[in-house]
Amino acid sequence: MYRYTDFDAAFVAERNAQFRAQVERRIDGSLTEDEFKPLRLMNGLYLQLHAYMLRVAIPYGTLNSAQMRQLAYIAERWDKGYGHFTTRQNIQFNWPQLRDVPDMLDALAEVQMHAIQTSGDTIRNVTADHFAGAAADEIADPRPVAELIRQWSTDHPEFQFLPRKFKIAVTGSPNDRAVTKAHDIGLRMVRNDAGEPGFEVIVGGGLGRTPMIGKVVRDFLPETDLLPYLEAVVSVWNLLGRRDNKYKSRIKITVHEHGIDDIRARVEERFALLRPAFTGVDQQLFAQIKADFAPPAFADRDTGPFDRAYANDPVFRSWADTNLSAHRAPGHAIAQISLKAHGATPGDATADQMRVMADLAERYGHDELRISHEQNVVLPHVHKADLPAIHAALKAAGLATANIGKISDIIACPGMDYCALATARSIPIAQEIATRFDQLKLEHEVGDLKIKISGCINACGHHHVGHIGILGLDRAGVENYQITLGGDHTETAAIGQRTGPGFSADEIVPAIERIVDTYLSERLSADETFIDTFRRVGMTPFKTALYGESDKKQKAA
Amino acid sequence: MPAIFTPKVITANALIEGDVVYLTQDDTWSRHLADADVLTDEADAQIRLIDASARTSEVVGVYLADVSPGKSGPEPTHFREAFRMRGPSNYPHGKQSEVF
Repeated sequence: MYRYTDFDAAFVAERNAQFRAQVERRIDGSLTEDEFKPLRLMNGLYLQLHAYMLRVAIPYGTLNSAQMRQLAYIAERWDKGYGHFTTRQNIQFNWPQLRDVPDMLDALAEVQMHAIQTSGDTIRNVTADHFAGAAADEIADPRPVAELIRQWSTDHPEFQFLPRKFKIAVTGSPNDRAVTKAHDIGLRMVRNDAGEPGFEVIVGGGLGRTPMIGKVVRDFLPETDLLPYLEAVVSVWNLLGRRDNKYKSRIKITVHEHGIDDIRARVEERFALLRPAFTGVDQQLFAQIKADFAPPAFADRDTGPFDRAYANDPVFRSWADTNLSAHRAPGHAIAQISLKAHGATPGDATADQMRVMADLAERYGHDELRISHEQNVVLPHVHKADLPAIHAALKAAGLATANIGKISDIIACPGMDYCALATARSIPIAQEIATRFDQLKLEHEVGDLKIKISGCINACGHHHVGHIGILGLDRAGVENYQITLGGDHTETAAIGQRTGPGFSADEIVPAIERIVDTYLSERLSADETFIDTFRRVGMTPFKTALYGESDKKQKAA
Repeated sequence: MPAIFTPKVITANALIEGDVVYLTQDDTWSRHLADADVLTDEADAQIRLIDASARTSEVVGVYLADVSPGKSGPEPTHFREAFRMRGPSNYPHGKQSEVF
């Protein structure tokens, strides 16, 4: 894992001291809220519906056990004993008081964490494949790239007042688990015909009010050109991007308005100017960072304990079948810890649960944990022989739900239970869907199905790319939920299509049930997943199930 | 014809704690909607709003919220204000956890 240099530690300490003074000046009245707001946002502090909210970056989703324990400590010391993991590999604390936030930031700095650029019109926390460095299908570990970008983008003087926020994601695997096509810039690590490492650069993706799938702006960028090229893209947008209308300010709109060819030409021109300024210091830094991400020494051990538990314990077998993924090292597995117990709040973990996960990582997992954009926790490097013990410890902590990738593994934004921007609640809908399908005992029969719920049009819950997407809106003072079908968050990314009029809070779970029933009756076999069935049969049978045969939309909201 | 002015209260978030507060008749901030002063005159509401918004060392994000008269004082007419008054629905946190 990357370790802060003296420079990094001094930088974070200085920022924390500055923010402490800013908070003091806000409290003593020397700063107005208008003056203070951009300062607090640059340090990840929001004011939400019921309280302040502190958003802490988990760079490329990687944590060690000491960091996870410190998050648990912060949750208990200054919050209400839990934290909420988000769809961009952050953790949010929902109940801090303003005067405590400087202490929270100092506590984070003790374990080399911070909340810098988790908000505001800057380059945000750089996200990566949560299986980085572990996945069997990986070409290269994307985390050194993400760390290099973090160092370049943090406090970058040109990019502190961008037209709007800017999000970058990196994947080192052809199977995209980082939603790169829905980011302002998505980087796919590839090799060219000569076997040299580089990137496919995707630009202008994004969800929100105007969802767009990113477009390839450069199909092969040599690895050594990364930073000057990124600087060219962001600076072209920084000039062109619309500051007159916040709904048209993201780079997806700039790309849409100017066309990808025009943007490409401008970027290449700017890149030609910037390239000579990068004299190789970035590459020296990159080489040092890469060394920090050297893979751990994977032991060669007997997998007998796994095989015996798998054969004899059906609960373990179900969990292993659902929550494990292929690891690059023989005898090893990637284990996902579901934060989606049926009826629980998606992405929430208590301080006690955080400590259990930290202990397991330290004891069995080379001291590494990951946070996925799907709001689960990952033990990326575990030997199969240790999985029965890991499973038992997770079970005792309420963390052994066997539902990864299933209908109850729902992404949900905080929605109107917390968020000041929300137009409807998300969490209770997720809780009700998970509870309902658990009661029906249909979850494993239904198989792989991604439900993603957002409580407003900004789409933090990624509803556009859910196989089933749910968007909560305020219709004449009542919560109303629109459904989209056919979205895809992977390398074959697609925006879901709206089924038709929305449903009330009481109607939405039965509506989802009708969709699932339709899938079960339409699918060719149990091997045909929901998304494959939808692609084959199209919207019509689902529409009929939702609204009846007639076009008279009785359920119109 | 101008829209009919519906009853309103002045609400905001407290600067330090961040929680929801309401302006009372004697211009103090209360944690409880029941204590809020219900404004029925538009001109009066706008002046009270301007004055309350100036109290930046106490509160953040001052605005007028619709209410309707209820048995024990004003009640929210929109679900967003109902959540602000109570707290989130997934945990018994926020105002609903406090002893009234």
